[in-house]
Amino acid sequence: MLKKALLIILIVGAGIQFIPVPINQSDEILKTDFFQIVEASLNIQQVVKASCYDCHSNNTNYPWYGRVRPFAWFLQKHIREGKEDLNFSDFQDYSGRMKREKIRSMISQVRDGEMPLQEYLWMHPEAKLSEKETEQLIQFFENLNTQ
Amino acid sequence: MKITLLTLGLAVLIASCGPTKTEEKAETKAEPIAKVEKTAAVEEQNGNALTPVLDAYLAVKDALVNDNQEGAAKAGGTLATALGSLDLSTFDSDKQAELKEIVEVAKNHGEHISESEIAHQREHFEALSKDIKDLAGIVGTDRTLYHQYCPMYNGNKGGMWLSANEEVRNPLFGSSMLKCGKVEEVIKL
Repeated sequence: MLKKALLIILIVGAGIQFIPVPINQSDEILKTDFFQIVEASLNIQQVVKASCYDCHSNNTNYPWYGRVRPFAWFLQKHIREGKEDLNFSDFQDYSGRMKREKIRSMISQVRDGEMPLQEYLWMHPEAKLSEKETEQLIQFFENLNTQ
Repeated sequence: MKITLLTLGLAVLIASCGPTKTEEKAETKAEPIAKVEKTAAVEEQNGNALTPVLDAYLAVKDALVNDNQEGAAKAGGTLATALGSLDLSTFDSDKQAELKEIVEVAKNHGEHISESEIAHQREHFEALSKDIKDLAGIVGTDRTLYHQYCPMYNGNKGGMWLSANEEVRNPLFGSSMLKCGKVEEVIKL
């Protein structure tokens, strides 16, 4: 009985690998990308790309299990929802008012520790913002919104 | 053979439970509400197109004054719908682009308010208040509005909102600081 159950799990596990999942990856840096339109130090760019771009841009740096179902489905859902709320790759396409609103929201979420998401940090400890990085990011975003 | 069939069946089942299904559901759900609001907006044309928007905005405000998360969420949803059914084509063409921007952002705030906890609702409400003020500035208001301000909100950075009453009842703090604030400006008909 146990053997049979294991076999079924194995076959299902292998079977679901054939269900397609879209890949969120692109080599192209769009003209609309956030860092094509705002001036930022390399340090800030690195922090934002490492901590935000996986779910908030058109280019995800997938972990090794990122293409393995069912994990790939969870990632895909997070990425889809993340890009719906904020897509750094299309930042220029937002209206001026919407840009300011997105930046306001970034400040608030980073300040309150809501972003990067806790679940994301479990698997990406390197994306965790240090206190200093948090401060630098908030300062950077605040400067953008007062310009 | 039975097992492979079972596997395939399971796989299809799991795949069909994906996000697309819920999206479809949400769409069909949103439609009838939008239609109802639209007919209401047409009837409203003789009065002020902004009436349903201001009603819903002030309902969010009142709920937040009473620390009522559920009420604010409900009114936030109504606000998003009301903004969605505003017919911008009736306004001056040179104003339409700006109006479209304001409505888009304000609608986004309404949607967030409809699904957040109260601190988050208040943050969106504060930002939304500026958009509603700008909107009323262009379209015109159907009632006297009081632009009120509390300097203590957001770590003493301050925050504003609109009220139909002169007397201050603070939606940004609710009962914890009900009377903090003053009238900054009166927006008349």
